[in-house]
Parts: sequence; C-alpha cells; structure tokens
Amino acid sequence: MPMDDSVRKAVLGAVPSLRAFAISLCGNVDRADDLVQETLLRALANIDSFQPGTNMSAWLFTILRNHFRSEYRKRRREVEDSDGHHAESLKSQPDQYGHVEFREFREALAHLPSDQREALILVGASGFSYEEAAGICGCAVGTIKSRVNRARTRLAELLHVNSAEDFGPDETTRAILASGGE
Amino acid sequence: MEAAATRSKKLNVKPAKLGRDVQARLGQQLRAMYDEVVNQGVPDRFNELIDRLESSAKKDPQ
Repeated sequence: MPMDDSVRKAVLGAVPSLRAFAISLCGNVDRADDLVQETLLRALANIDSFQPGTNMSAWLFTILRNHFRSEYRKRRREVEDSDGHHAESLKSQPDQYGHVEFREFREALAHLPSDQREALILVGASGFSYEEAAGICGCAVGTIKSRVNRARTRLAELLHVNSAEDFGPDETTRAILASGGE
Repeated sequence: MEAAATRSKKLNVKPAKLGRDVQARLGQQLRAMYDEVVNQGVPDRFNELIDRLESSAKKDPQ
C-alpha cells in the first residue's frame, strides 16, 4: 500500500495533538508516545476504513482512545489497581512534563474520573465539537456535555478555585508565601 | 464555621454552576498545558516510523 502524500501529511499533522491527548489520558510521556505509535500503525494498517472527506484527526483520536481503553482495562485487571493509578503515576514522574507551573493543574486533572477527563480534554483543549467528541467516545452528545460540566466543577473544587482571582499571579504569590512561611 | 455551613448548604441547593470567569481561566490553563505538548511538534521517531512504513511498502507492494 503506497502511502498517499496527503495521508502522510494528515497523519503526521495530527501527531502533536494526539500526543497531548495521550499524555492527558495516561499521565506518562513515554507511554503516551508508545500509544501514539501504536495508533499510527493501526490507522495505517486500516487506512481503507477511513472515509475520505471525513475528519482524519477525529478518526485517529478514536483509534487512540479505544486502544488506550482496552489496554487500560487489561492493565487494570493485571494490577488490580483503582482510581489512584493515574495520579500515582504522575507523582512518580514529576519531571516528565517539564513545566512546573502546570503540575498542580495536571494533578487535579489526574484525579478526575477518566471519562470526564477525556471529555474535558477533547472539547476544552483539542478543539473538537461536542458532536465530534461524542463520536470519538462512542456516547451521546448530552453525555459529553454533562461529563464536561462535571469535570469543570470538580477541577475547580480540586484547585480550590472560587473566582478568577484564585488563579494566575496569586499562584506565584502563594508559592512564595508557602516557601517563605516555613 | 457557621458561614461555611451556610455556604455548603447553599451549594447543595444550587449545585455547581461555575462562574464564567472561572470557566474561562480553567479553559486557559487546560489549553496552555495541552499546547505545551502540541508545540513540541512531531518527534523524530514518528517521522522515522512513517518513512520506514513507506519504504517497506515500496519494497513489497501488495
């Protein structure tokens, strides 16, 4: 199967966003990159099932998401792990993300139930419509909407955010106060 | 103490409607975090993977 140049472009073009999504799902850069690689292999092996004219990016996200879900279930059976798994894997690799400023945010995100987390990321960060996100997750549009709402509310609780002033410069101030206060 | 109790009661009555400003800031943080990865572009391993797949497809055309 010789690869069409437009397919090559579209697939590679989706990689940065697929990685960001994969990292938010599994909380680990190396595993996320493996997940993206497996997604590309699956996608290209099944490129005939892609319908030209539809959204290539959404198609790839669907493959990645389903692959992650089945892997996750498998691992979960193996490890008998529960909710804390993602959060724990974050704690053990604090430097994998680079930027410290997002650590608190990532940790809060990691504490969300996975269906809420993926809905929030797809709609709030990847830029998919509610309809596209519903297609990717294989659920109703209303379900995605309520997951996104619950995710936002929970995130605000976890970050102790009640108003916009609780963000931004205050975080730096808080860090300074915290380190100076000891 | 009492104020907190009143507030949580209020929260129970009217659940979880985040202010627009809070939603906007959460959204900004989420995108900033996500874009940090997106801005890393395409790591070499993925270009190499596609190249490998392409050259093997050329070698044995189905």
